Amino acid sequence: MYALLAIGFSLIFGVARIVNIAHTAFYMLAAYCFYTLLAKTGLGFLLSGLIAVGGVTAFSVLCYRLVIEPVREHEAAVLIATIALALIFQELMLFTFGGHFLGIPSTLEGAVRLLGVSIPYQRLLILAVAAAMLIIVWYVLYRTRLGLAIRATANDLEVANLMGMNVHRVAMATVALSVSLAAVAGVVVAPVFVVDPFMWLAPLVTMLAIVVLGGLGSLKGSLIGALIIGYVEAITVFAVPAGAYLKGAVALLIMVVVLLARPEGLFGVAFEEER
Amino acid sequence: MYWLRRGWAELRNEVFVLPSRTLVLVWALALLALPAVYGDAYVLRILTMTCIFAIFAASWDLLAGYTGQVNFGHALFFGAGAYTSALLSLKLGLSPWLTIWAGAAVALLFGFLAGYLCLRLRGSYLSLATLAFPLIALGILFAFPDFSGGELGISGLRRLVVTPTGNYYIAVISMLAVVFGLWLLADSKFGIVLHAIRDDEVAARASGINTLRYKLAVFALAGAAAGFAGALFAHYLRVAGPSTLEVSLSFQVVIWGIFGGVATIYGPVAAVFLLYPLTEWLGSFRAFGELRLLIFAIIVLLVLLFMPRGLTPWVRDKIETQCPRCKQRNGSWKSVCRLCGASLQAQVPGAERLVGHQ
Repeated sequence: MYALLAIGFSLIFGVARIVNIAHTAFYMLAAYCFYTLLAKTGLGFLLSGLIAVGGVTAFSVLCYRLVIEPVREHEAAVLIATIALALIFQELMLFTFGGHFLGIPSTLEGAVRLLGVSIPYQRLLILAVAAAMLIIVWYVLYRTRLGLAIRATANDLEVANLMGMNVHRVAMATVALSVSLAAVAGVVVAPVFVVDPFMWLAPLVTMLAIVVLGGLGSLKGSLIGALIIGYVEAITVFAVPAGAYLKGAVALLIMVVVLLARPEGLFGVAFEEER
Repeated sequence: MYWLRRGWAELRNEVFVLPSRTLVLVWALALLALPAVYGDAYVLRILTMTCIFAIFAASWDLLAGYTGQVNFGHALFFGAGAYTSALLSLKLGLSPWLTIWAGAAVALLFGFLAGYLCLRLRGSYLSLATLAFPLIALGILFAFPDFSGGELGISGLRRLVVTPTGNYYIAVISMLAVVFGLWLLADSKFGIVLHAIRDDEVAARASGINTLRYKLAVFALAGAAAGFAGALFAHYLRVAGPSTLEVSLSFQVVIWGIFGGVATIYGPVAAVFLLYPLTEWLGSFRAFGELRLLIFAIIVLLVLLFMPRGLTPWVRDKIETQCPRCKQRNGSWKSVCRLCGASLQAQVPGAERLVGHQ
């Protein structure tokens, strides 16, 4: 799940140079959307999930056009525009749904026993969806013309532009792709976690830690970073007294240590000095 | 008598010639005179908090705006100052007048440490790594609740003085001192070096500037100023809690800084003075109470769409023009530069169009 978020964030940073603080807010939006469709309209799980992902993705492109694109040249302005967007989403959800937690029934009931440990089907579903999305993203990035354009733009924006690519449209496609990843993550984890308007803040920090740990703009790095951070958090909670408080701190500490040893992250490419 | 005349001449020739300087003078005098005219305790309380946050925002600007080390974890210094001062005054029984300086000193050390850790990082990596520091500190505080008070924080601190007016004056005077101090520093040779580091660190190093030493110094200075603000905050509210280390405070200062206009010092201060009372004021209406963060975010977004460089540079460009020859600033009503006499209006037909095109 973290891997999905981290890869989306890393993509949007690599290609469009947008530090998208609102990324996890889209994840929250998708979870809410899913909840509403499921509870109010009685659509099936699959259908409401698909509508939630599609709707949030379309909405993100709209946000990008209206809010981000006019200030693209000013990096600082883009940054706080995304923070403001995240705040707006949070407040809107707070206003419409209230601050209390909302529970969603599991998509799949029951559990499977594996080596004496019972694993709910829901968790298996998350694993399967995450794996499927990773394969799709890999396919899009490395086997299609759009992927080639995205990677070229990430590598060198100006040269890509000179080669006749529509850089704006590539950036927009990347926004859509990355937000749809976040939305899928939101939809599949909603039944496991509870849904509330502040659910975007905690994954935001973990996601940033993963992305920086793995190296900005690297798919493989994001995946391995997510695995490392996930295991470290789990181990701290079980092994250290008062570990539940320290789990974030330890994960971030690892990130800082890795950064000190290797400033561009585990798998990142050192960016050329931009002048 | 001589000094009086000299002072008046300085005032007339240096301050009144530029509308922005006059505005700053009027603002400072108004702040100092306010309790005598309108001593409402609620207004004083909001303005006291505003002053404390103004110090905080100005210190962020020195680090992020001038030196380009965009810090997402500035709350670390604020929290370090608040907690140090609170612990010292409560556990050792020291006077708050002493512990505030201790808080600033510890925050300076933290700034030094954070700067040292961040020397090798740049750009977004630096921002994201600094975001982690206050969260690590927060995790450690929560893990030792006996020492830090856990979620509740440390409460029951003594105030510096008892009366609201006294507290107000302490906040205003320290704010004016710190902000003007930072402004002077940023306008000096030191500030020019910082500009150079932000714009091109390699070139700065090639010109024989020890950029590492400068970066460390700026981290320590900004940390000290922010820690000072944090300590004032703790003793004013009489509690040092985990909210001083939260992500939202770090983001808040980034919003203030960019909204006001980076690399100006006065920009973030102006932004705090506009936005903080605005949110408090909106919160005082029952209907708006729940919506105030929403309104806040929408206002920030709209202002940015129209003035992407921030509020103060936009206002400044409206009321002043820059002389094309000597680069000094003039009031926008002048047609001739006040220092070198060059004409400020474009005289060639169509030249405005050309200038606008650049």
